[in-house]
Amino acid sequence: MKKLLLISVLGCLYAGYSTWVYTDGTTSAAAMSPAAMEGKELWQRNNCQTCHQLYGLGGYMGPDLTTITTDKYRGPLYAKAMLLNGGAIMPNFHLTEKNAADIVEYLSYVNTTRTLTK
Amino acid sequence: MKQDAIPKMFLTLGFSSLLLSISFGLTASLQYIFPHFASEQFSFQKTRPLHVFLAVSWIFSSVTGIIYKHITVYAGRPLYSVPMAAVHFVLQLMAILIAVTGFFTGHFSGREYLEFPPWVTIIIIAYWLLFAVNFFATAGRKLADAPVYYWMWCTGVVFFLITILEAQLWQLPFFGGNVVRDITVQWKANGSMVGAWNMLIYGSAMYAMEQITGDKNTGLQRKSFAFYFLGLTNLMFNWGHHTYVVPAHPVVRQVSYIISMTELVLLANIILSWSAGYKKAPVAHYQLAYRFFRIADVWVLLNLVLAIAISVPYINQYTHGTQITVAHAMGATIGINTLLLMGCAAFLFEWKLQAGAKKTIRAGLMCIHISLFFLWISLIGAGIARSAAQQRHDYFALLSEKVLPYLKSFSASGLVLTIGICMVAIPFVALFVRRRGNMPR
Repeated sequence: MKKLLLISVLGCLYAGYSTWVYTDGTTSAAAMSPAAMEGKELWQRNNCQTCHQLYGLGGYMGPDLTTITTDKYRGPLYAKAMLLNGGAIMPNFHLTEKNAADIVEYLSYVNTTRTLTK
Repeated sequence: MKQDAIPKMFLTLGFSSLLLSISFGLTASLQYIFPHFASEQFSFQKTRPLHVFLAVSWIFSSVTGIIYKHITVYAGRPLYSVPMAAVHFVLQLMAILIAVTGFFTGHFSGREYLEFPPWVTIIIIAYWLLFAVNFFATAGRKLADAPVYYWMWCTGVVFFLITILEAQLWQLPFFGGNVVRDITVQWKANGSMVGAWNMLIYGSAMYAMEQITGDKNTGLQRKSFAFYFLGLTNLMFNWGHHTYVVPAHPVVRQVSYIISMTELVLLANIILSWSAGYKKAPVAHYQLAYRFFRIADVWVLLNLVLAIAISVPYINQYTHGTQITVAHAMGATIGINTLLLMGCAAFLFEWKLQAGAKKTIRAGLMCIHISLFFLWISLIGAGIARSAAQQRHDYFALLSEKVLPYLKSFSASGLVLTIGICMVAIPFVALFVRRRGNMPR
């Protein structure tokens, strides 16, 4: 009986904590524009996280792109050029100008949510 | 179809997935050194998701096969529905084939670890529901007076359903339209899903240990349940150490830090206390299973040290987003989960293996153990080199150059690890596809 009571209490705490994480625990002042939304979809469709990370989530073949749009060595134009042409390791995904611009817009949005990244 | 065919079918699927996973993993590791290696057919964009997805398929296919066997022996009655289990198998095979075809043809969801097209989740939920119905109907036992491993199985069955659904929340704009929420919930779902499969695997290993030792008391002791509840607390709340850098509410970090400090200490303790029991027991019929479980103990301890270290926020800010996280994942997935699953397979089938096959498996196990140690150390070295380069704000090309020697060592270890896994998996698959012979009772 005690065990069932304990598991019920834990279950309630889990439900409450999950609800809080889904709402107040993850609020963000930054809003995603329609172009950034489109960029996010392209990011996922091309499986970019296999090689790149956002907030440390993703693969290690390429660099973390959380802050690329404000990086003093890289920036949005560099990002767009890589997206359009590929690089020594990065394949050319044959994206259109608009596709590349949308992904850069998404990365800019990600950067605005940053407060703690390295 | 005979009852005994079901576990064999799932284990065959599991070991086949493992062999494919390790092959794609080896290819992906070589692509770190030679970026254009086999890239025409298998680009890194495909090899990494193939490796990860097939590794997860290995875990779920084999653990469900093992539980289908364990639950009938535990309940002392035949499986509730063999046709239902057969349908489960067909759906699971179908989901794997669709996902793999999707990766080859470039259809991704773009979600870390669950990169298959999102609608495949419907098939996964369908077969998992069939598994749950079969499991609970066969067990037919009240939870209150059941041993701890039955609680663990029930927890794993229920939480996998919760977490696979939670992992799809990104499709709702409320979640997908806020990157902080999206990434936090993604880690939350993935972290708890790992907790769910750990419950299934540890429960199965404990059940095997109980059968080996003949000790029926440990599974009912208060200490075992205390550890189970702490493990469950970790499953529910200890996912946040992956999100220390995500700008969610600070309470998320604080909760996960407090909980994570208890995490693997509990698992090490619970497994070692079980193993202390079977050290004294006769293990003549379970030599192979015994070896797998003993070596898994070593990996529990190694990962314990690493997991605690990377959960400390000060250390985590340097290790997160580096290969040290991969070392932790590899150590847990291969060193603990894979060895425990192989140990469970050995527990069920050791008596049917020929002497030569047993010898090959023993040699393969040592090969896995030693090569995994070098692979693990190589990844930690790569992570330290990457972290140091990040602190210096090195260009990515320079960073890659610093990490390269460690990745070469990682690939070489991966090659030997692949050989070791083949030496264990192939004799089992050969046994399962043989027509004659029954399962032990």
